[in-house]
Amino acid sequence: MIEISGLTKAYGDTRVLDGIDLTVADGQIAAVVGPSGAGKSTLARCINLLERPTSGSITVSGQDLAALSGKQLRLARREIGTVFQSANLLRRLTAAQNIALPMRHQGVPEAEIRRRVGDLLERVGMLQRANHYPSQLSGGQRQRVGIARGLALQPSVLLSDEATSGLDPDATRAILDLLTELRDDLGVTILVITHEMDVVRSIADHVAQLDHGRIVEQGAVADVVRRSDSPLSRALLPMPTVPAADGRRLWTLRYRGAVSPVWLSHAGRDLGDIAVLAALVEESGDTSVGRLTVGLDPRLDERRVVDVLADLGLAAEPVTSLRAVRAESAA
Amino acid sequence: MISLLSTPWPDVDDLLLPALGETVRTVVLVMSIVVLLGGPLGLLIFNTSPLGLRPHRAVNVSISWIANLGRSLPFLVLMAAVIPVTKLVFGTTIGFKAALIPMSIAGVAFFARLTENAVREVPREVLDVGLASGSNRWQIVRGIQLREALPGLVAGLTLNVIAMIEYSAIAGAIGAGGIGYLAVNNGYRRFDDHVMIACIVVLIAMVQAIQFSGDRLVRALTH
Repeated sequence: MIEISGLTKAYGDTRVLDGIDLTVADGQIAAVVGPSGAGKSTLARCINLLERPTSGSITVSGQDLAALSGKQLRLARREIGTVFQSANLLRRLTAAQNIALPMRHQGVPEAEIRRRVGDLLERVGMLQRANHYPSQLSGGQRQRVGIARGLALQPSVLLSDEATSGLDPDATRAILDLLTELRDDLGVTILVITHEMDVVRSIADHVAQLDHGRIVEQGAVADVVRRSDSPLSRALLPMPTVPAADGRRLWTLRYRGAVSPVWLSHAGRDLGDIAVLAALVEESGDTSVGRLTVGLDPRLDERRVVDVLADLGLAAEPVTSLRAVRAESAA
Repeated sequence: MISLLSTPWPDVDDLLLPALGETVRTVVLVMSIVVLLGGPLGLLIFNTSPLGLRPHRAVNVSISWIANLGRSLPFLVLMAAVIPVTKLVFGTTIGFKAALIPMSIAGVAFFARLTENAVREVPREVLDVGLASGSNRWQIVRGIQLREALPGLVAGLTLNVIAMIEYSAIAGAIGAGGIGYLAVNNGYRRFDDHVMIACIVVLIAMVQAIQFSGDRLVRALTH
């Protein structure tokens, strides 16, 4: 388990991170997402203790690592294994030697190193390439070695700092599967820092959105996608682009949980033709969450539309965003 | 036209071999000092720089200044300038010993810069790997920085050896012995063309062989 509390990092007067609170339970995968410049890389460097936070604490297994210094800090860094963007392997060492390096530096006995390197290579599916140099490996393979090296000192937390950026979709998928597998088999807590929503959708249990150095929204992924109107929810489950509305007025409808499966035909009786332009239904646990964009007769009274749909268990809202207006005028 | 004053070809060996031995001895000795002092100096310059493992402006500026000092003067001037030191240390200003101090000063300063450049090529992120997994600074310097920079260091070393051969020849001009002395004293001053040609051929062959082996080694070390 890793508990980050009140983490702040300032350079002079500039606060790059401002009071970050984030807790990842044992064996969970949490993702921090955000645009570039949001402070993701600083957050990553604070978590793996390469940068000292200005204030706040980072607690792993009950110990506040941010408060340590000197030799203790060096030893504490082992608690958190890091998988770096583009792997950062030593070019002059083979895959096996790269994985062995942290263990060598920590004085792990040679026989133990050999055994663990073998185990790790097998776990990440690289046993056949143990003696290859990084230049002989693909990006995805290099990242597998990077993950194995991150696990070499048996950390309780694995930090993945943009580990899949720059990989092609297949390699990304394979790396994400590997991370999930590691969590399932080893029970390691994983904190993923990424700008890719796909990564969050695929593996995260918990998600936090970082913006301008603050966490603006967070929660269990299953909860966040059900939130009716949150930017993070929209980013996680984006609506497909709305096609031409044919002179109809655009409405956004949302429902959660109990709604009659035949609500559409019921609504149609009162409101006339309903053009379903985009729809998204997500099963989350035992409830379903739906979001639709529909086109209705523009002459309908707004109040009436909202009431009719509310009776059926749906929240309705006319689309007013600039993008939708443009879509309307283009139609 | 070959001058009548030239040493007969069969006798050139007798002059050339001892001179070659002296040059090799000087360069080997100087290079040991250069690697022993210039290497750590270069590591110190890089690692106290803002990109290094322990940035320290004051230390960085001062040792960088010292390293520049050793490279500021043209070698001939440097040699003349340190004659009093040479005399103090060795009690003589001619022969093989006379070249050791100026060559070491110039060589150490040169190799410090070459080392700094070679380790600068190692990406910062790779050093972070060591830091993030709890390696200490010395382990990172030895196990990551030097190891990754090895091809660059060998290339620098090759360059440095060749520069030292050149300097040893310049040192010959003030009577420091070796091939350079032979070429200047016998080949040039006594119009001994055979000796001159032999010296040139030996110097060319030596430099080519060193560059060739250096390049081969760099390739073998690069993965």
